[in-house]
Amino acid sequence: MEHIRTPKVEQVKLLDRFSNKSVIGTLHLTATHLIFVESNSTSAQEIWILHHHIASMEKLSLTTSGCPLLIQCRNFRLVHFVIPRERDCHDIYSSLLRLLRPVSYDELYAFSYNPKQNDQQREEGWQLIDLAAEFERMGVPCDQWQLTDVNREYKRLPPNICIGLVKSVLPHLLCFYNVLQGGKCLYLFVSCLQAAVCRCSQPLSGFSARCLEDEHMLQAISKANHNSRYIYVMDTRPKLNALANRAAGKGYENEDNYSNIRFQFVGIENIHVMRGSLQKLLEVVGTRSLSMTDYLVGLENSGWLRHIKAIMDAAIFLAKAVTVEGASVLVHCSDGWDRTAQVCALGSLLMDPYYRTIKGFMVLIEKDWISFGHKFADRCDQLDPDQKEVSPIFTQFLECVWQLTEQFPQAFEFSEWFLIQIHEHVHSCQFGNFLGNSQRQREVLQLKERTYSLWAHLLSEKQNYMNPVYSPSFAESHPVLEPSTQACHFKFWRNMYHQYDRSMHPRQSILKQVLTFKESNRELEGTVQALKTKLQKFGVSTSPLKPQTPPRDQEAREDAPASTDGERTVEGSSATENGYGELTGSFGSKNEPAVVTLEFGVARMTC
Amino acid sequence: MELSEHIKTANVEDVTLRRPFHPALRGTLCVTSHHLLFSDRKDEASWQLLILLKNIDAIEKSVENLFGYPRAVGSSGTITIKCKDLLVLQLEIPGMEECLNIASSIEALSSLESVTEMYPFFYRPSHLTLNGPWGLSSTEQYYKQTERLWDRWRVSTLNSDYSVCPSYPSAVIMPREVDDDKLIRSARFRQGGRFPVLSYCHHRNGMVIMRSSQPLTGANKKRCKEDELLLQAVIDGSELGYIIDLRSAQQAQQARMTGGGFESKSFYSHWKRIHRHHERGKVVQESLIKLVEACSDPSHSVDRWLSKLENSKWLSHVHSALSTAGLVVECVERDGHSVLVHGSEGTDNTLLVSSLAQLILDPASRTVTGFLCLLEREWIQAGHPFQQRCAHSAYSHARLKQECPIFLLLLDCVWQVWRQFPLALEFSEALLLRLAQEVYASNYGTFLCNSEQERCAAGVKENTHCLFQSLLRPDIEEQYLNPLYEPTDLAIWPSVHPQSLQLWTGLFLRWTEYAQNMEEAREEVWSIVKEHHEQAGPDRTNNTLSTHCDTLTPFENLMDELTIL
Repeated sequence: MEHIRTPKVEQVKLLDRFSNKSVIGTLHLTATHLIFVESNSTSAQEIWILHHHIASMEKLSLTTSGCPLLIQCRNFRLVHFVIPRERDCHDIYSSLLRLLRPVSYDELYAFSYNPKQNDQQREEGWQLIDLAAEFERMGVPCDQWQLTDVNREYKRLPPNICIGLVKSVLPHLLCFYNVLQGGKCLYLFVSCLQAAVCRCSQPLSGFSARCLEDEHMLQAISKANHNSRYIYVMDTRPKLNALANRAAGKGYENEDNYSNIRFQFVGIENIHVMRGSLQKLLEVVGTRSLSMTDYLVGLENSGWLRHIKAIMDAAIFLAKAVTVEGASVLVHCSDGWDRTAQVCALGSLLMDPYYRTIKGFMVLIEKDWISFGHKFADRCDQLDPDQKEVSPIFTQFLECVWQLTEQFPQAFEFSEWFLIQIHEHVHSCQFGNFLGNSQRQREVLQLKERTYSLWAHLLSEKQNYMNPVYSPSFAESHPVLEPSTQACHFKFWRNMYHQYDRSMHPRQSILKQVLTFKESNRELEGTVQALKTKLQKFGVSTSPLKPQTPPRDQEAREDAPASTDGERTVEGSSATENGYGELTGSFGSKNEPAVVTLEFGVARMTC
Repeated sequence: MELSEHIKTANVEDVTLRRPFHPALRGTLCVTSHHLLFSDRKDEASWQLLILLKNIDAIEKSVENLFGYPRAVGSSGTITIKCKDLLVLQLEIPGMEECLNIASSIEALSSLESVTEMYPFFYRPSHLTLNGPWGLSSTEQYYKQTERLWDRWRVSTLNSDYSVCPSYPSAVIMPREVDDDKLIRSARFRQGGRFPVLSYCHHRNGMVIMRSSQPLTGANKKRCKEDELLLQAVIDGSELGYIIDLRSAQQAQQARMTGGGFESKSFYSHWKRIHRHHERGKVVQESLIKLVEACSDPSHSVDRWLSKLENSKWLSHVHSALSTAGLVVECVERDGHSVLVHGSEGTDNTLLVSSLAQLILDPASRTVTGFLCLLEREWIQAGHPFQQRCAHSAYSHARLKQECPIFLLLLDCVWQVWRQFPLALEFSEALLLRLAQEVYASNYGTFLCNSEQERCAAGVKENTHCLFQSLLRPDIEEQYLNPLYEPTDLAIWPSVHPQSLQLWTGLFLRWTEYAQNMEEAREEVWSIVKEHHEQAGPDRTNNTLSTHCDTLTPFENLMDELTIL
């Protein structure tokens, strides 16, 4: 609190990003949020911006109406305030500057956030997602695979290889940690028809180094799978990057040293390329009065969708190797916590319908991302201001999942709102799940005792995230998803990157409408059930009370419970938001000389 | 020459058919005057594929042993058939000669020029009679329905013999105070005689959308008093009207060199002219060709795909059409002024913009009937030259003449509006897809010919069935309903940010697996909504149930007491 110089500024103007609209309101600064409350009493829109969400701020040069302050958020919100007095603007700016750069984990919102739950509820929340149970679901440990606690203390230990095989038919997984030649190695096993998916970091091979234990271990993994004589080793990096790494004493597996491996480069770019790509993408789509040509050219030049496709291609390769060839696969990149996490998680999602349910997806994130040490703190810029470590790796994973939901509308139990909400909280630091860089750090921080779990929060409002057309029978008929990798199926995810730009969204939502219908169907069924039980108490036959089916005629449709939301959104849309032209100015002043600006400023003409 | 004379080989056995996402089939191929028929002979319940020859856009043949042994053992040929609805089929035909014969018959019969030889004149299904009403609406009917018009507007029949404007219908709606003589003068001043006529009257404020062709001002700035008076009468007392010229200012200037032009400020002082550039003709046709080509090559990388998509410019056309329609709506609804829309001929982009504007403004045009009426008034009767524009589609190798997929562009724009307002339209994507197919090849006469005059001369109404009438038969209409429809009286302003517009995958990726997944999801939505309607019935049943619940409660308590006793 001591950092807040001005808690409240009145008469602040909020400019719309894509049109000339603006609203006046009051800006409040609290210890955790920046809040804008619109003055207009009828609509009184409120905008809450969590300090942790702010990625960057910019004070623009003073104008006649005040001092502009541009705030860019990690959840892709961009707000443009104009503060009447420069002094206030400076106060807000410098307070925020301090607030959004917490110096220690203790300052993060998660440690002060209190959803009014007691300790027991909190504990239950943390127990909702249980990795041990997940291993059990997969049927491990078993005769071929066993769990090892070699990494219990998160210390480096000499190689200790414990390999087993999963018997059951569905994909299963098992993890253990291995330390190899001083480099940290992670192994994870997903098995399907005895094939396993393993993950690790790059070997420290350099130009000629060998490690017999490592060779043995791969051999053992390969032998554990009777279906296939060979094992795939997927290096998710472009070949050039892997070669360059050899000079630094790292590198990739030499096929001559490892027997029966099939080595494959996949070519996903590194975190720095991805960061640059997203930046370019956001620049393009943030342009005002963007033309279709500039949009498509910009989309292409950003390379974003190309990267998304590369990840998807890798995951499909993985899924095919396991499900079609029945071969085990070892996946790695450089450190084994970025590209490897993306590919393994996405591959599991393709192979196992369980991960396409709400709970299963949480388990997947917990397993492949959190427990295997994706560096959330660094990648999402939670604490350390080292911008070179920030990268939208997890965002890309969420987007890949979204691309799949677009291709398979019935395969996922959740809708895109679920993905967007997870994305929101990965950056919000409101819940403990994603804090820190590794499991070890999380234990040191005592997150389970001091913070709340996001999963409990999301499950409590599960009905908002349901996909109304989800069909469990689809999962039965399509246990393995085979998405098309045709380029035309990779689309720009507007609802993510423009989630706060309302003027771009569809004005009515099928999803919302169908969810409402489904909810009301459920309620009605409940009522019918209640009635039936009551009637049965009296020993009355239930048949007469079956709801009469009215014909689907015009009348019935008009009587349908008016979805007021739908109506409101229609009203909410207006010409000014859309910017069909810059006529807005000329309408008010009809006597002005007839100067018309054509859209996109291509030409001006006086008539 | 009789049609059957084109057929050199009518039947071929042992033909293999390959279609996307289906296993290859063997069967018999048969060519008739208007159809290509393939039937799978194995099964008892044999499967048949019937394709209108007119639907075939291009045919490619590759024959093995072309100069080898005629009819030798093992010689065979493959025909690739590319349809106007974007389906691509492959037929393997044993026997080189048969293959060439079939190919040449298809080539000849798929490009018939004479209207009366086309299939709609022979289509006689048992459930339809030719005596039924033809078409859904007419100028007179629109006038009758629109009370707002009665005061100041009248129906003029000056064009009853199509002499004033060959591409207009016989009746048009004009301001009362302008007599027919003036209209004839005005018609002479407009290209193709397409003088300004009323296209829509806004139910809220009585403002109108007019459309016409360009004025023939020419290089020496001719003027036409009657045309000026006519437009003056349109705005009648109101101080301002907008002219939306669908060409750039520069193009409009250039048009004067070839006798065309624009309304100059000095003669039309109460009209404000706004120029919006729209591509037309060949450019749009080539866009479609490029887009379909980009969509049909699965090997493109993302970068190449995006660059091809951009290069096709199709989405740019969608973007400009929707933006200009939005501008028209803005003028009418928000600013409260009348609008005149025109480009050059007034038969393509003009109709596109005026009908889109109506869809956005007018709740009546968002029902199935209303939409079909809109198409009938604004496209068929208004003289969009369907026969010329839709002679070929994206695959054809023929030299382009007058082809231009403006109607397809309209359907795409409507689809974009539906994407953004999925509850506001009574019809679903299926109707748009059906229309996209029918406009190129149809059993019905609705899209035949280029104007009402030609249709009259060919006797289309007497000798063919009407598509729109048949779409509205209850059992058929149901396939095209939007389950989520909830009428709204408000204007539905679409967003025209490039990020809000999308490729119409339903059409351009129609023959892919993706489309099948979408179809299944759609069916699921239908079933949820149906369940909702059945259970909710709506609200009423719910209330009744709750009342039952309430009335039961006292009894229940009584019973409880009894049990205790």
